[in-house]
Amino acid sequence: MLTVRVIPCLDVAGGRVVKGTRFVDLVDEGDPPELAERYAREGADEIVFLDIGAAPEGRSTLRDIVERTARRAFVPLTVGGGVRTPSEMRDVLRAGADKVSLNTAAVATPDLVRACARRFGSQAVVVAIDARRRVARPGGPATWEVLVKGGRETAGLDAVAWAVRAVELGAGELLVTSIDRDGTQSGYDTALLRAIVDRVPVPVVASGGAAGPPDFVAAVLEGGALAVLAASIFHRRRHSIAAVKAAMAAAGIPVRSVPEVAA
Amino acid sequence: MTRIAVVDYGAGNLVSIDQALRAAGADVVIARAEPDLDGADGLIVPGVGAARPAMDRLRRRGLVAPIRRWIAADRPFLGICLGMQILFDGSDEDGARTFGVLPGRTVRLDGAPRLPHIGWNAVRRRRSHPLFDGVAPDAPFYFVHSYAPVPGGPLGEDAVLAVTDHGPDFVSAVARGRIAGVQFHPERSGADGLLLLANFASLSRRAGPC
Repeated sequence: MLTVRVIPCLDVAGGRVVKGTRFVDLVDEGDPPELAERYAREGADEIVFLDIGAAPEGRSTLRDIVERTARRAFVPLTVGGGVRTPSEMRDVLRAGADKVSLNTAAVATPDLVRACARRFGSQAVVVAIDARRRVARPGGPATWEVLVKGGRETAGLDAVAWAVRAVELGAGELLVTSIDRDGTQSGYDTALLRAIVDRVPVPVVASGGAAGPPDFVAAVLEGGALAVLAASIFHRRRHSIAAVKAAMAAAGIPVRSVPEVAA
Repeated sequence: MTRIAVVDYGAGNLVSIDQALRAAGADVVIARAEPDLDGADGLIVPGVGAARPAMDRLRRRGLVAPIRRWIAADRPFLGICLGMQILFDGSDEDGARTFGVLPGRTVRLDGAPRLPHIGWNAVRRRRSHPLFDGVAPDAPFYFVHSYAPVPGGPLGEDAVLAVTDHGPDFVSAVARGRIAGVQFHPERSGADGLLLLANFASLSRRAGPC
């Protein structure tokens, strides 16, 4: 049976892993390939790199980081941040990525999703959606809007409608981040996840808000996510990947057992 | 030293497979044209995406006939993901005609709960094979695909080495003689994946070059 993936996310700026509360107060967390290798050893099912600088010089740094990681950690790599054309995507894939995550560029040019999926296959194209809850009318259903540029600008799109459109264009996976929850450690927005999961046929990765193992369980059982992503709780060693997987397994969620006890 | 040629025909990631084979002590040649196959003991065709553009690129690089001869001579061959699918007659994904070494067609994984099938899933062996020496039964490997081959007839059925379920079972590994294919990505599958690639390298060494 397909196991649910636990994915550490490494935000990269200036060649280092950083973490702040969504792009402010960045704290240095280490060397990306070294951290990625550690996570692979500790049972990570995939690694996500997000280039939060995403400047042109940042991209070549990122390619170097991807290649160094691919030579040390034999788990799948997804890379996001700053990819604007199919040829930029090709460069990142050739450096050692398996999937590329498109966010702001996909909103600005939806045809990019189609072009990348045609050229590299849907399985290589992830569309990342940063979503923020709109204030609901009393008694009305919850809705979310899409934010771009690292959560700084509104795109004027409904998050669920954009998710459906992105999949029609060829996205093979959606990485859904709750901007309200990101960095707050108040749990994933399971209503957001559920709203999207019920409308698309592709896997949905939950992101934003993980504080501890019960949040991962909720993202899967309540939200319907097929993969759960987190950053700071792993970087700070607040919780191990093994502890998260143990809680998921205890809740009846299929997970890949951690290969060996980490040294 | 065992020399393994890895066919490069476009976009895919070859870094991890190159590194995995080096870790297994093999000498790796990235093959972009026929002369790159000279002196190789084993041949790996990796690949993701659709069959037609892949076959077109192989053809443009003059690699279709050499690969066909390699397989016909029963020399050590490992197809990964799309590289496994193209061993069969053709693909429903885009109607492409492929190598036709094994009878059957590549079809969409109908009945799957969600596609693409992305993640780690158990590879349940139907029989033993040296490619899996030292790998625990039902060990999980990493998959990322929406299509898989359905072998046709007794010859195709006999080639089935392992199956995996995503909804219904699909064929996740095949082998006939020295020709093998896996639907998952050993180069992304941690220690077990490295072991499988090391096993392929030692099978290739034992077979020796032509």
